[in-house]
Amino acid sequence: MADSIKIAILALGCALVIFLFIGQGLTVENYQFFLSLRLPKVLAIVLAAVAISVSSLVFQTLTNNRILTPSILGFDSLYMMLQALLVVVLGSTHAWVANPLINFVLSTVAMMGFALGLFYFYFKKQGHNLFTLMLIGIICGSLFKAVADFLSMVIDPNEYAAVQDAMFASFNNVNADLVYWSLIPLGLCVVVLLALAPKLDVMWLGSDQATSLGIDTPKLTRQVMALVTLMVSVSTALVGPVLFFGLIAVSLTRQLFRSYHHRILMLASSVLAVLLLVSGQWFVEKVLGFETTISVIINLVGGSYFLLLLMRQRVS
Amino acid sequence: MASRHFYEYLIAALMMVALVLASLFVGVSNFSVIDLINGESQAWHVLWVSRIPRLLAIILAGAALSVAGLIMQQITQNRFSSPSTVGTIDAAMLGYVLGLVWLGSDSGLGLLSFIFAFAVGGTFLFVKFIQRLRFKSAVLVPLIGIMYGNVISSLTTFVAYKHDLVQSMSAWTTANFGSVLLGSYETLYLAIPVCVLAYVYANQFSAASVGESFAKNIGLDFQKIVFVGVMLLAISSASVVMIVGVIPFLGLIVPNVVSLFLGDNMKRNLPWTAACGALLVLVCDIIARVVIFPYEMPISLIISIVGGLVFIFLVLRDRANG
Repeated sequence: MADSIKIAILALGCALVIFLFIGQGLTVENYQFFLSLRLPKVLAIVLAAVAISVSSLVFQTLTNNRILTPSILGFDSLYMMLQALLVVVLGSTHAWVANPLINFVLSTVAMMGFALGLFYFYFKKQGHNLFTLMLIGIICGSLFKAVADFLSMVIDPNEYAAVQDAMFASFNNVNADLVYWSLIPLGLCVVVLLALAPKLDVMWLGSDQATSLGIDTPKLTRQVMALVTLMVSVSTALVGPVLFFGLIAVSLTRQLFRSYHHRILMLASSVLAVLLLVSGQWFVEKVLGFETTISVIINLVGGSYFLLLLMRQRVS
Repeated sequence: MASRHFYEYLIAALMMVALVLASLFVGVSNFSVIDLINGESQAWHVLWVSRIPRLLAIILAGAALSVAGLIMQQITQNRFSSPSTVGTIDAAMLGYVLGLVWLGSDSGLGLLSFIFAFAVGGTFLFVKFIQRLRFKSAVLVPLIGIMYGNVISSLTTFVAYKHDLVQSMSAWTTANFGSVLLGSYETLYLAIPVCVLAYVYANQFSAASVGESFAKNIGLDFQKIVFVGVMLLAISSASVVMIVGVIPFLGLIVPNVVSLFLGDNMKRNLPWTAACGALLVLVCDIIARVVIFPYEMPISLIISIVGGLVFIFLVLRDRANG
């Protein structure tokens, strides 16, 4: 089956699920109220799905592996720590906490700073083992988590509610304005990545081959890394941490599509990710009746899938 | 030669005594040696009910987790595995939360056996997984272990979220010796038989750490050694998780640092590992108590920072060695 047909089928599935999600129980009387709630939510899910899947895809291309995603590197813990820290230091009513836009920008900048530092460290020492980078990222993550745990013990239980919302990827408390704002950086990132796509196709051959074919690999790596961190940070700030989601989406895409063209792969993984995430959210809301959050399910499914991948691939 | 060793032991012992005394006399309720000599009942009461149990709990927990880490490293043949990097602690937490939900908090022994069962099960699953993998990249084993731990703790979060226990859970997971009082820490005495048994089995663990075929060649039952090891480390991890909470990285860094100085002879390292583990926890606990006096920081925070840094150092050093 041609890739375009597969994408079309997936897109159709997406449209169907989104329609189901938005349209359920809609009548002429209530549509204004329902739409004002559901549209930002769906848009947030779509944005997060696109950001996570595309950034994971190009990250895998750059690092030439199929099991790593940028979000494993302790982003979520840093985000939690940041939220807890802000609430403790400033209180839950301070503008930096209560104003979503300022909080959003702050979190994004902090996460980008951390990730760029880590990547700089890694790419500066060429030939460094990727697993070492991952392990160090995870250790930093647990460091952040320790601080977040400590802070959440100190926080007044009433204020803790403000932090708890941020701690679990939840599409139920999406701020509508924020969703529209984050369209801009995410859109820009995707456009630039699409423009870089031919170079990324070459990059997938491996760093040495790409260099001999005339690609300025250090420069490309720097550019793409900056974009990846921006996308991961924005999506984490928007809907909270979703650790293993990028891994699932990209691995499934690579199973389904044999193409090496990044334009096709980016499109395909985005569509697939949207389909997965929207139906996942629908499942949480309608079947499980909000008994849990989607991040727990993603960690459970994605983590098991990750272990399975490792077992099958016999990575050396 | 002998005299040099004697001085080393002497210095170590003196440090230990100094720290023990510091631990006994640091605290909100202030009293001095003179109060004790004068026989003030208040001072003796504080010492007997709070300070001495706390000191014993610290020493037992530190020794137990360090020895558990040492055993884990031998039976998985990997320097970077320890109860907190292979999912034992996460499995124990899952058992703890499920036990609290189903049994309630007053069933001490039932709760402990629940936690213990989960710790054993979770560790066995991982050990089997690693044995099937058959690749020995030193960094990959803790990586997989941490991922595995993540999967288990997402299950725990699932349960906790459902029963509205998320905030209480983060209070339990954060290790804290402040709540240790007379009558609440005695389960930790399980560490003593564990350490003794680990010492008895030390040579067999060493043989197992060389490899399954080697262990079999010299006539040992490899799977039995692994079984004994998992049981021992699960007992000590379960008791520490129940009484104190999660002390991250301890089982990882202490055995590694000890073997940096003493080499790889497990029988010789084991007493040192236990002593250094106790010492490290003692130091961190004193720091935790004085940093924001009169309040206390959770000790896991300080150990996380120290341990995380040492862990990163060990990983980088490992790479430098090839």
